[in-house]
Amino acid sequence: MAWPALVAFSIFGIIPLFGVLYLSFTSWNGLSQNVPFAGLESWKSVLSDPGLPHALWVTFLIMALSWLAQTPISILLGVFIAKHSRYRSVLAVLFFVPLLLSQAAIAITYKMLLDPNFGLGAGLGLEFLQQDWLGDSTLAVGVVIFVVSWQWIPFHSLIYQGGVRQIPASMYEAAEIDGAGRVRKFFSITLPQLKYTIITSSTLMVVGSLTFFDLIWVLTAGGPGDATRALAVDMYQRGFKATLMGPASVIAVILVLLGLGLALLVRRLGGRDAAESQLEGA
Amino acid sequence: MKRRNFLSLTAGAAAATGLAACGSSGPSDTSSNTGSGSADAASYWFLSGPPGEPIRQGAVDRFNKLGQGQIKVTTFQNDTYKDKLKTALGAGQAPSIIWGWGGGGLKSYVEAGQVDDLTDWFSQNAAVKDRLFKASFGPATVDGKIYAMPAETVQPIIMLYNKEVFEKAGVSAPPQTWGELMAMLPKFNDKGIAPFSLAGQSRWTNMMWLEFLFDRIGGPEVFGNAYNGQKDAWSNPAAIEGLTKIQDLIKANGFVKGFASVTADSNADQALLYRGKAAMELHGSWSYGIIKADGGNFIKDGKLGFFNFPAVEGGKGDPTNTVGNAGQYLSIYSKASDKQKEAAKNFFKTLLDDTEQQGWIETGGVPIVQGSNSKLASSPDKDFLNFIYDVASKAGNFAQSWDQALSPTAAETLLENIAKLFQLKLTPQEFATNMNAVIGK
Repeated sequence: MAWPALVAFSIFGIIPLFGVLYLSFTSWNGLSQNVPFAGLESWKSVLSDPGLPHALWVTFLIMALSWLAQTPISILLGVFIAKHSRYRSVLAVLFFVPLLLSQAAIAITYKMLLDPNFGLGAGLGLEFLQQDWLGDSTLAVGVVIFVVSWQWIPFHSLIYQGGVRQIPASMYEAAEIDGAGRVRKFFSITLPQLKYTIITSSTLMVVGSLTFFDLIWVLTAGGPGDATRALAVDMYQRGFKATLMGPASVIAVILVLLGLGLALLVRRLGGRDAAESQLEGA
Repeated sequence: MKRRNFLSLTAGAAAATGLAACGSSGPSDTSSNTGSGSADAASYWFLSGPPGEPIRQGAVDRFNKLGQGQIKVTTFQNDTYKDKLKTALGAGQAPSIIWGWGGGGLKSYVEAGQVDDLTDWFSQNAAVKDRLFKASFGPATVDGKIYAMPAETVQPIIMLYNKEVFEKAGVSAPPQTWGELMAMLPKFNDKGIAPFSLAGQSRWTNMMWLEFLFDRIGGPEVFGNAYNGQKDAWSNPAAIEGLTKIQDLIKANGFVKGFASVTADSNADQALLYRGKAAMELHGSWSYGIIKADGGNFIKDGKLGFFNFPAVEGGKGDPTNTVGNAGQYLSIYSKASDKQKEAAKNFFKTLLDDTEQQGWIETGGVPIVQGSNSKLASSPDKDFLNFIYDVASKAGNFAQSWDQALSPTAAETLLENIAKLFQLKLTPQEFATNMNAVIGK
């Protein structure tokens, strides 16, 4: 039964992974058909490049800040849409719209809206919106985090909605008998019961943020300067702009290791039983 | 993570179809091949969008009717195209006919053994070669051998300006010197108009300023030394002066607010000019076609002015010098089949026929055909076209754009450092040090 999945995973997951590992020891320029072996040359050049710590910093900054922005809003929205009533179902559909758009389309739209000369600010004559959103280093990072959050909050809200609906109603009934109010119920029942959902959602956010590429690429192309040059963007620029496939593969390997490490770390933080079934909230 | 990727993939596909419908992005297959899509048809990839796309398509359509082979077309946006082509070459899936800019990019294809040597073919078909501008063969030549067919138009980089805005700001004439240029900045800024439009996110747009400043201050050898691998060539005093001057211009609010977030692919920089939000722009002569296509009556109403990059006081460079594209270049993929190569070569013989020349002239381009200026007089754009013909043919030196002349590796470092230089994150000395480190790479 598991064979077809295993074969597909090997072809599209495992084999390319080793391919990239091999490429990281070559000096392939991405153009020619022969791939010269170069030993540790690419690793040395990437690890001694000041661009790497910068890209790591940008990646972690976007990861941490977008987690901070997304998690509280996603939990609140998830709790809100978990209750059954008709208008909430309609709202839930509306909340979900950003997720249905491609990252590239979202990035193009935001880029147009934020254009200092032809964008929303200039169109409506609103001075405070007429910032150099994507041309200023700090603002550009902020915009990336905002757009990422805007796109992914619906998805995480959906996960939290599912999590909230799994919490047994009897717990709330008991709390109500004890005289607990809405806020108390949220902090004493909902949030603790969502612990494992938070871990799942955070793993997705943290590991997923390593792959942010298309959005950043279309929005800022890693700029201004290198202000939003996260690891995935760095990899692309080295590989496809500078035709340095060796160093680009090194970055790809680093990305894989980081992803694995972070996924393990988040699970460790959540406790060893995080992967076990949570039915009945027991 | 798996699930998330899956979701973004499906959503992406849906949106991509939507985008393709707008014709603003993504590759589109516009095969004009009515017969069975046989493997004998040569594939040809080129840039989409106005003004070039319909003319390139037209040339293919006319050729396909001749019965000398079939050509199948796929079009891409500029930056997308460059990346797609590199990937395709690496994967052994490149098109039979490779559209390009010649120079360093072509050199890297040659070194990788990906394109055919056309020297013999050109000597057998001297008529094809002799009718084209001699200068256009420079970027097609690597180590004395010709690897590409020069095509299309000559495209020097020029200054464009909005006459209406000049009037509004009380500026009577375009600047003749760098000093005059700097002196007129406050006149525009006081009126809330940016002196210069710039698509800074694209980076090569910033580079054009440095190309001219280096040349006007120190002559063509300033970049030539770096290109030829001379040690510390970027620390040349003329280079440092040019780098300092550009930062002075940025500090004096010479460029449009938010220039670092404007991209050239969307043509927003030309829009700033014809909408009167910027007074001038330094850009390729192809801008004329873009403004003609997108700018409404701007050109018809005589509001567009143009001039050559001003001289720099005390500079050694000849002020008639120019930079840009001496042509566009078509190479033949070495792994194409014999039938495909045959079709490609037959196609090359038909390029720049009278209809195609007329097409380029109508978009404000000067075809790289000897004596094509005789065709310009009847054009409604003759003032501009004659100006371009003069700039290109009378230039003391016609240099190739730096990012096209250098290898992709060096060019990427250059563009990265230029972006930081324009953000004022690097001093001219730091820029020179960073660039000296990649000389010859």
